This record gives sequence, C-alpha cells and structure tokens, in this order.
Amino acid sequence: MRVSVITFPGSNCDHDAYEVFARRGHQTKMIWHKDHDLENPDLVILPGGFSYGDYLRCGALARFSPIVKEIVGFAQKGGMVMGICNGFQILTETGLLPGALMMNRSLKFICKHQYLKVESANSPFTNTLTPGTILDIPIAHKEGNYYIDQLGLERLKDQDCILFRYCDSTGLVNDATNPNGALDSIAGVVNESRNVLGMMPHPERAATDSVCSQDGTRIFEAIECFVAGRA
Amino acid sequence: MLKAKIFVQLKPSVLDPQGKAVTNSLSHLGYDNVVETRISKYIEISLDTRDLAAAQKQIDNICNSLLANPNTETYHFVIEEI
Repeated sequence: MRVSVITFPGSNCDHDAYEVFARRGHQTKMIWHKDHDLENPDLVILPGGFSYGDYLRCGALARFSPIVKEIVGFAQKGGMVMGICNGFQILTETGLLPGALMMNRSLKFICKHQYLKVESANSPFTNTLTPGTILDIPIAHKEGNYYIDQLGLERLKDQDCILFRYCDSTGLVNDATNPNGALDSIAGVVNESRNVLGMMPHPERAATDSVCSQDGTRIFEAIECFVAGRA
Repeated sequence: MLKAKIFVQLKPSVLDPQGKAVTNSLSHLGYDNVVETRISKYIEISLDTRDLAAAQKQIDNICNSLLANPNTETYHFVIEEI
C-alpha cells in the first residue's frame, strides 16, 4: 500500500503516522504542505498537531495550503483520506466532512486513554471490525467536541456515517463516558461516499509494542484488508 | 482608507463552554444576576479603498470564506472611514 502523510507547519504526529505505516511494510512518504503532488497514494493521512498554530479556528488556515487542493481532488475521485485529530479538524474546515470540532466542554486539553465503540463496519476503515467492538485508543485534544446541527446529525445517522463513539470499557455510551462533550458521543465520522474518515482519537499512538494498547492496529488492518481486496 | 469592524459569534444553538465558565466566575464574584455570557470574536480589517459598496462585498466574502465557520458561527460587520 502507498501512504502519503502530509506535514503542515505545526503538525506533530506526522512522524508517528509515518513510523506506523513504514513499520507495517507500506511505501510511506512524507509530503510537505506546499507540494502539489500527492505521489499517487492509496491512502492520505492528515496527521494530528496544531497546523498554523490553531490560529483563528483549528484547521481553518491549513485549508489554504496548496496540497489541500490536491487532497480535495483526490477525495472527490474516491481516494482514501484519513484525518486524525487536527487532521479531522482540517477535513471539516475543508468541507470534506460535515460538522465542526468545538472546544471541549471542560475547556481543558485532555490527554488520556479512551475507549471507543465501533458503530459501523461499512467503511474501508472498519470493514474487518464487528460493530460493538471496543477499542482502547488515546485522545489528546482541546477542540474535539464534535458539533453538527440537528438535520446534519439525522443525516449522519441515516447514512450510517458515525463510525466511532466514545464509551467506557463495557461499551456504555452516555454523558459520563463522553470525554469532551461531543454531540451524541461522536468520535469519528466518514463521508457519505465512505472514503474520507475523520477521528479525534489517535490510532497511530496505539499501534506498536512499546505502548500499552495496540488497538489502533485494528483500524490499520481494516484499511490494509480493504486496499488488498481492491487490488 | 476604510476599516471593517467584524463580529463573529457562535450560533445560539451552539454551546459556549467559555461563556459558561465566565458566567460561573462572575457568579463567584457576586454578580448573581448574570444569566448568560457568550464569547465572540472581534476582528478589524483595514482596506486601502474608498469604495464602500465594493468593500461591503469584499468583507462579506472574507467572512464567508475564512473568518466564520458557517456550521457554527454567524457574523456581522460595520465599515467606517478612517
């Protein structure tokens, strides 16, 4: 699989993502935001971090980087794009994903392990996972409080676009197990064409033996299975 | 020269945790009658033009394309001569 990881000024999880895909044996490339060529990837990763210092709104300024024009074109042609944390914020600001990421209701930066519930297997990112599967994947953000208007939320549900919700170790989804106030405990959504994923948790931080959870690999395995099946 | 004074506000339907925290702090200060606080952004943009109509259109485009997120925010502005 060919993976292109984008680096914006202020990205700080780009090397983590690169390492994970490279170690899994994929042709992984780092692409600078001023580049105009995605180098023909199967998957584009928009990593976590603080692109453009989070000025104005998180992800708002990254939208104007030259490479984003290429990413939009790539996604519109069905290319797979995965935005993690700040990458998710960039995807909503770009309009590739609906909704917005607001400040956490606690007003605090939250950095901790978090359980997620897989809500749908109907995506390239979850196709090998059974709905209801619980994953332990870290979160690290201050603006992860997903918001969408009522009509948008109904549409997300109707189109089966909610892939991950925050939960506890038993899979309970409620206000107490929601770390940041996200509407309907939404942690990750896919677009209606199902090729663009945005998620606040960091699967790349749970994908090597040196950390205490390897549950992020379940998502990478799903992507690998999908790409292998397509080839 | 013209100066645009732009206010970007969260839509009423969007929760404002910062505003809520400020309301709590005001309550601690003894201001018990404060019912709600909403935090907004105030932005000034100076334009090297005297064409008010063109400036109105330009600032509107700037707000739509960058300064406000239509999912969560609304905006309004006034333009003054400086």
